[in-house]
Amino acid sequence: MSSGTGLAELVERAGILVCCGSGGVGKTTTAAALALEGARNGRRAVVVTIDPAKRLADTLGIGSLTNTPSRIEGDWRGELWAMMLDTKSTFDDLVAKHSADADQARRILSNRFYRNISSALSGTQEYMAGEKLYELHEEADFDLVVVDTPPTRHALDFIDASRRLTNFLDHRLYRMLMSPSRAYLRAVNLAAQAFVRTVSKVVGGEVLDDALAFFSAFEGMEEGFRDRAARVQALLVDPATGFVLVASPRADTVAEASFFAAKLGESDISVAALIVNRLHPRFGPGRAEADRARARTLAGTPLGSLFANLGDLRAMADGEESTLAELSAQVAPAPVVRVPFLAEDVHDLDTLARIATHLFPG
Amino acid sequence: MVSPGEEAVDPGQFLRASRVVIVAGKGGVGKTTVAAALARMAARQGLTTLIVQVEQASGLARLFGRPPLTYIESSLAPAAGTIAEVRGRTITPDDALLEYLEDHGLRRISRRLVSTGAMDVVSTAAPGIKDILILGKVKSLERSEAADLIVVDAPAAGHAITFLLSVRGLLDAVRAGPINAQARDVLDLLTDPARCSVMLVTLPEETPVNELVETAFTLEDRVGVSLGPVVVNGLYPSLPGLDVDPVTAAESAGTPLRPGEAEALADAADFRRHRQALQQAQLDRLDERLPIPRLGLPFLFAADLGPSHVDVLAAALRDEVLALAEPASPVPPPAPDVAPEATP
Repeated sequence: MSSGTGLAELVERAGILVCCGSGGVGKTTTAAALALEGARNGRRAVVVTIDPAKRLADTLGIGSLTNTPSRIEGDWRGELWAMMLDTKSTFDDLVAKHSADADQARRILSNRFYRNISSALSGTQEYMAGEKLYELHEEADFDLVVVDTPPTRHALDFIDASRRLTNFLDHRLYRMLMSPSRAYLRAVNLAAQAFVRTVSKVVGGEVLDDALAFFSAFEGMEEGFRDRAARVQALLVDPATGFVLVASPRADTVAEASFFAAKLGESDISVAALIVNRLHPRFGPGRAEADRARARTLAGTPLGSLFANLGDLRAMADGEESTLAELSAQVAPAPVVRVPFLAEDVHDLDTLARIATHLFPG
Repeated sequence: MVSPGEEAVDPGQFLRASRVVIVAGKGGVGKTTVAAALARMAARQGLTTLIVQVEQASGLARLFGRPPLTYIESSLAPAAGTIAEVRGRTITPDDALLEYLEDHGLRRISRRLVSTGAMDVVSTAAPGIKDILILGKVKSLERSEAADLIVVDAPAAGHAITFLLSVRGLLDAVRAGPINAQARDVLDLLTDPARCSVMLVTLPEETPVNELVETAFTLEDRVGVSLGPVVVNGLYPSLPGLDVDPVTAAESAGTPLRPGEAEALADAADFRRHRQALQQAQLDRLDERLPIPRLGLPFLFAADLGPSHVDVLAAALRDEVLALAEPASPVPPPAPDVAPEATP
């Protein structure tokens, strides 16, 4: 199976594609190009982005946070939708859904500690991306959901985020503080008191009061959250979900991608495809050293410069290939798809389509 | 640090302008590479330098050919003759919190606070506390004069703003106590140009340039930090003669070309000239939108950078600093003298 076919099949069959990689490797653009291809193949596709560059966001019609997908009209058989994840309102919706009544929801939504969660607690963005993905896939009937993950170091943070967050919401600190002061719990309570005193000393009592009020208001909702989180997690490890690694051909981002792949492997998840952006083109079959030797002999002449340049670019292409070799072997048999340096930034559907011609040749 | 039109800039003076330099930029622009080059430039100027890494992911140690950094300082490049040592360490929030608690006589509870995950509750209750702990530690390194120059390899741009803004946010949330005092100290450090400046890094490409401009204004307006020169990384060095047709060039050099060679040379020259034109357009946009001096660093045509590349970049950075006071020179910078060996 040629690499192009592999990715095309993935876009045709997968229910969910999760694009992961370090910052600046073109994850958002790649995610958008995959969704576009899905739409061209007649699928009802949606791309969920986290932090798109402004011009791409404007092109996709998601310049402002709406937290619901908006449809992009275009000349394709299927449907293309896009949205920018709003972590806070996704969380708000989840709270509203699981609250026993309006009063419980109101107490939580107005709590200062709660309002901090979406911006300050690490993993929340990943959790909400997973939640949104579940909602779009299971409840909004999209055939293909492509999600662009936050630039997380640990790919597993994404899969694990829902579990970690529910553990947090069900925090034993809270249990400790709220446990009834029966005699046999005295010791626990003394420890809890010491803890509260310490934390208050460091951050101030008011801050901690907010936290306690939050945990108290949250009481009874853990189960709903836990159940939902388990379903999100199951969907993420489902065979119909594919993890697409996105990298640039630099040693540091390749090292990160390799770390990602290894972590996924520990959870028995294989990489569905590796997409490498921003490769230097190769000009003819010659060797860089020979070009550079000729450049030295011809130094000072235009021909010398021409050979120096050819040598530079061939050396770069060689370096990039050797940097990628190990990672390609690591993710095998996943297809490895190469996208060259593009002349311009991707900021409209035409340039997005140009990327698609590299991702899906033929 | 420096404004245009000042007297000729002496690299030593440039590097001594503030003890702490925070290097920040969007992911993938080479911020860590620039932090390494700046440190090595300072070391070659005789200044002992400490690089602080605040995210685990950084390839910093790799650039120096060393094993990953830890919370304990280690050497990245040894002193040699007049060249001073470059050292490195990480400052992670958990470690910084442990140290903070131990310093405040709370040793007994500190391990438990971290191991029970209570840190998550605390940092959610008081957002920014992790950043304050990291910056607080940087501040104490600065106060104890841990090195002549402290280079902080900051988180990626969006996060760098949060990272630096968190100080003001925390001052609002925590109005008294040791964390409040810590935040005040950190704010004093960040807003004192004689102690701290921020060096922003970008690539000569559209999106990174847009983000750089946005970050620069946000940092100046909302945090009140002093911005040093902007570093534009990855500029293709200019090569005169690339516009000459290879066949003509070969004729005038009296050298025959092999079959297919003329096409390869012409295509490669077109590629480079096209990229250089794009880069120049982005530099022009940057100059137009951000009136801050800029330093250019050459693209090195290597996928895996190592110590020899860091040295080439350190030398290029020094040349750019020397050229700062002169009238704005048309970048791209000249090609580096020696093509560095690829690192094993």
